[in-house]
This record gives sequence, structure tokens and C-alpha cells, in this order.
Amino acid sequence: MSRVAKGLSLVAGDGSRAAISPASGAAPDAPLPGVRWPLPAPPGPTLSELFAASPRDAGWAGFLLAQAERSKPLLWVQERMAILESGRIYPPGLGSMELIHVEARDARAALWAMEEGLRCSGLSGVIGELWGDPQALDFTATRRLAVAAERSRVPCWLVRLAGIANLSGARMRWRIASRPSLLNPFDPRASGASAWDVELFRARGYPPGRWAIAHEAGAFHLVAAPSGGTLGEVERLRA
Amino acid sequence: MERWARSSDFAPDDPVVLTIEGTHGPIIHAVTRPAAERGARAGARLTDARALDPSLVAVPADPEGDAALVERLARWAGRWSPLVEVDGESSLRLDVTGVAHLFGGETELVADVQTRFAVAGLSTRVAIAPTAAAAWALAHFGKAASVICGKDTGAKLADLPVAALRLPPEATQTLQRLGLKTISTLAGIERRSLARRFREVDNPVDALDRALGRKPEPLTAVSTVRPPRALLKLEEPATHPEAPTQALERLIPNLVQQLQRRHLGVRRLAMIGFRVDGSTAVASVATSIPSREPKHLLRLIADKAAALDPGFGFDAFALQADWAENLASAQDSLVDDPSGTREVARLIDRLSVKLGPDKVRRPQRHESHLPERASGWRPALDKIDPVKAPAAQRPQRLLDRPEAIAVVYATPEGVPRRFVWRRAVHDIARVEGPERIAPEWWRQPSTARLRDYYRVEDQAGRRYWIYREGVIGDGRGGLPEWYMHGLFG
Repeated sequence: MSRVAKGLSLVAGDGSRAAISPASGAAPDAPLPGVRWPLPAPPGPTLSELFAASPRDAGWAGFLLAQAERSKPLLWVQERMAILESGRIYPPGLGSMELIHVEARDARAALWAMEEGLRCSGLSGVIGELWGDPQALDFTATRRLAVAAERSRVPCWLVRLAGIANLSGARMRWRIASRPSLLNPFDPRASGASAWDVELFRARGYPPGRWAIAHEAGAFHLVAAPSGGTLGEVERLRA
Repeated sequence: MERWARSSDFAPDDPVVLTIEGTHGPIIHAVTRPAAERGARAGARLTDARALDPSLVAVPADPEGDAALVERLARWAGRWSPLVEVDGESSLRLDVTGVAHLFGGETELVADVQTRFAVAGLSTRVAIAPTAAAAWALAHFGKAASVICGKDTGAKLADLPVAALRLPPEATQTLQRLGLKTISTLAGIERRSLARRFREVDNPVDALDRALGRKPEPLTAVSTVRPPRALLKLEEPATHPEAPTQALERLIPNLVQQLQRRHLGVRRLAMIGFRVDGSTAVASVATSIPSREPKHLLRLIADKAAALDPGFGFDAFALQADWAENLASAQDSLVDDPSGTREVARLIDRLSVKLGPDKVRRPQRHESHLPERASGWRPALDKIDPVKAPAAQRPQRLLDRPEAIAVVYATPEGVPRRFVWRRAVHDIARVEGPERIAPEWWRQPSTARLRDYYRVEDQAGRRYWIYREGVIGDGRGGLPEWYMHGLFG
């Protein structure tokens, strides 16, 4: 994963809403209140696995796009089933970036396209969306992706919709759900900046944890850590 | 006739004629030998022929099918010469200048042509002559099935009827009425007196000059720039599946050499397998930027070439750059292309070949407010036109087909409160809208309704883009319906 610590900050506390209410005196265009917080990131580009909390929750897309590098083209592979269930990517909503979209018939074709993409150093990243738990996606397949990503230094995100976290060669595994968005400074009834509950449940060389973070105009802010930083350790021991 | 005979179930000695519809009833198009013996002749009316022998069997002819066959044979005849032209209804014209020695001489070339057509079940009349008109005349009116003439064209043509000059029927008829039946008698007449009696288009003197090479007759439809092409002939027909792949290993370096010489790069590459029975099998691939790198080209076309169906066996292969663009032999930098554009183009080529060009696409924006129209997709192999991005906030994902949802809202135009999508209830916590998008009346039917889009957020924080189609009382249908259209990230 690319280094995105530039705009990330973390607000610890149990009531995230209260912590960022306009009553706190922040001007509408002031940056979000929050602790600058480095997103756990591996030393180099590698394979990360993202589990969507639900197929009808596209929150992960916002989380992922917030950290996507935009200097080079991005390869976005979608399995047919993923397109049917949670929609095709819509370029006007993705911001300005060069995009190559691949519609794969099944998981096997999607994995092949991802691996082909990872061999190409001219890409800024490869995103692959798979539906469910396909046979083709075993430990070997994920390990191949991880090795290819590390060799060509192209970050790869494997997005799992309605999938179960089985054995995987991914270096970082996230589970991402939407959470109620931040307050909109202009219209209290409208939703504001996106916020997500992110859980890092397995990572190499990094303690797992769970955070609530938000993103506003090019910057990540951690708005709440619902269970504190030590929870990750506890859960890891329990797992 | 032979094409019909191959697929018909008449006995060989049935007097069958093939007919086409003429202005005054059916006209005989072709006849079998038994029918010809009974007086039927191509070009005569069927009724006249039936008057001579009522037992004639008439079968409708298929001129389109014949033309298609000739067309196909023309492509197949590319094995003998790079310049093949369909000439009239049933003739092929090959420019064999400097080609014959590849087949061991003109006699061998003619023999090769005849055997291969005979294998395909077609009889041929072949003539090689210094001019196209002479070759046509000898092939159509010569006594032997194959004629080769060099400097003695005039002598060989002398005995042929004037019809061999390919004049319009009226001119031929006039000449015959004048008693000028053969070319030799025509050649004996003084040129000036002959020229005065005919219009320019059907002047027999000109036709004669063309046949004897005194006047140029350019081949029509000759492509001046020939596409780079490599040809490999096999000693024996190959049916094993590795044959095309093995052929590619020889063809690609050859083709790349040609491309290098002409500073070209391939955009579309076709591998053609010539089968023994006269048909061809083609595998073609496209690239997104011109390329002449052997490894890349081999990798692109290898899979498709290996899947070519050999039928009764391939006896020749051709690799042809159907579409080539200029590619300077420049080296961009000392290190490998740092921008990676070429790498990405190669990736697109590989993906397009394997998954299909319509599955690998790049976004193409359009000037439209309708969300599904504003952002189209175009095959990544094609060029993308830049269009300014809209300023409005749009979802990250759009359903291909908006899904109907049940919504609780304050009629007629209130904001939605709760909706059911795919059998799950979402309580709306926050909502923003509407953003009204009017139908494009200039291209949609007049019954199309406007859309009011809302950005909604449910209790769990999931955000959607939903719309109500129409308003109550807009006169374009009953109660407005709601649809789920997009998901925000």
C-alpha cells in the first residue's frame, strides 16, 4: 500500500459525533479535528485484501480511492458477479485518473488479468473485485499476486465482496464498513465527509487494530478509535 | 455450375440448367453437359430451350453464392501472387510478374494452379500472357485448357473470335456482321478506317492494342502499398496442432524485418492458414500502439494461431500486418521506458486478446446529464476523446440497470424516508436533494420522465444514489416510481 500517512489523523474517544460537532468551534472549511495518524502501511507495495462489510456497502471504494495514486493508470478488474451485485465503477465519481477497466467472466479470468497487470510496471495500482469465495482464489493464487506485486512494485488490492476470510497470502487484510458520515457544515440534514470503520485484522509486522476514520478533500482523519489502541492486541490473542 | 453440382443430388446425366430471372422470364445461366447436348445454351431463354427439348430441368441459380465463392477463391489465390483481382463473374486475374520462378517456372505454376483447383473440384482455364487482356482472351476462348505465351502473343491471339477482345456486345455484333470473325482478320484492316467507325469506348483497335501490349491497361484496385507480409509454404499439408505455432516462429522474424525496413509498427496482425481444400483460416489480433517487437507479437498471436482449425491440413501460412502505422526506430532512453506508456499499451493488448476487446475498456465521457450516458466505455484499444468532467458529485459505482425500490416519502415531491432494496429495509438518516435531471427530449421518446436524484444515507452510514422517475401529474404515466442507481464509497 502506498504511503498515505500525509492526511490521516485519529480522534480517540467513544462519541465520535460529539468530538467533531460544529459546536466545537471549527470553521466550516477548517480541517477536520483529529489526531494525525499513520495508516498501517507495509514497507513497499504489496497485496492487501479488503473485505466489504456487505455487498450493498460500497464504503471500501471511498477508503481505497482516498489512497490511490493518480499519476499513472489504474487497472480495475471487476468480476461479472460483482458488477451485477454492487454495480459497475462509475468514472465521474472516481475523480480524475486514468483508468483501465476489465470485466472478467469469472474469478479465474479476473485473477489472471490482475496478475498480468501486476507484471506491468507502468500502472499505479491494480484493484480486483471478486464475489464470494471462488475456487480459483486459494492460498496459492493470493500468494502469486503478493509476489508479483512486490516484484514489480505495483500495489494490489484484492476486494472481496460477500467473501469469507480464508487462508490468504495477502500482507494486510482489512475489513471495512461505512459509518455515519461527518456533519455537513452547510446542511445538517445532508451527509458530510465519508467515514469508515476499518479493521486491520491481519498484517505482517503490524499489530491489528480497529479505527474509525474519515476523509475529506484529499486527507484522511481518524475520527474515533472505538475500542482504543490496545484492543487490537487483545483480539489478536483471542483469534 | 460446379459449385451447384457438388451439393446437388441430381444424377450426372440429368439435363439440368441453372436459371436466373430475366425481364421476360427465366434465362439460362449455366448448363450441364447433357443439357448442352440437347441444345440448351447459357444466355438463352428457358422457354426457347424447352421448345427444343421439354425434358430440361430448371434449377434457380445463386449468383451471390457464386460471387462469394470467386471472392473466397481470390483470397485463396493469394498463395500464388500478392496481386489478385476478381475479374468479371468467374475470372481471377493474378499478376505473376517475377513470381513464376518461385514455383519452378511458368509451366509449373500453371500446373500447380490447375491441380489445386482440380482438388477443390473446380475446372479451370489458365493463361499466362504479357498483357491482362491477352490472358483473358486466351483463358476464355483459347483451345487448350492452359496457355502460356511470351513474345508470340499476336500469333496465339490470331485465331480467336473477336468476342475475345471483350468488347461490348453491340460492337462484337457489328464486327461479326461486317464479316470480321477472328482477330487476325480484324488486325488486317487498316486502323484508321476501323477507328472511324466505332466510338471510343468500344473501339476494337484500342482493344487490340491493349491485348498486344501497345496500350497500357492498368490493373484496377491495385493497392500500391502492400501490407507487410511473410509467407511460409510447407512441403506437406500439416494437420498437427503445433504447426501454426512452429510456423509463427519463422514468420515473425521475417515480418519484423520487413517492418523494420519500412519503419512500421503493427496495429492489426493476421495469421492466415491456407488449407488444402482451398479455404483459409484466419486469426487476428490488434494492438493499442504500433509495435514490432517479436516477443510481444508472438505472445499476442500464439494462442489464437494455435487454435486455428487445420481441416484437411494447412499447406501454407501467411502472417500479414493488416494495419500498420509509422513507428520510428527511436530509442526513447537508455533505461527501460520510464513513463511506462508502452508497458501499459502492451498490457492492454494482452488483456484484449485473451478476454476480448469489449471487456477491456477505458472510460469515455459524453456531454450529457443523464448519468448512464455521461460516462460510456470504449475498448481500450481505441482512442479516447477528452471531454470535460462534470462538476456534480457522482457515486463511485453505478448499477448497469437501475433497480426498482419501494420508498416511503412525502408525496408529491417530498424527500424519501425509508426504502426497501433487494428485500432489505434501509431507514434513511440523512438525505440531500433533489438534483433534477430532465430527459433529453431530442433523443428520448416523448414519454420519458424527468428524474429527481437524492443522495441518501441510511442508519448504518451506507450511502446511495436513488431517484424518483417523474412527478405526479406530469401527464407521462401514473404514480412515479423509485429506483436505486448508484452506491457511494
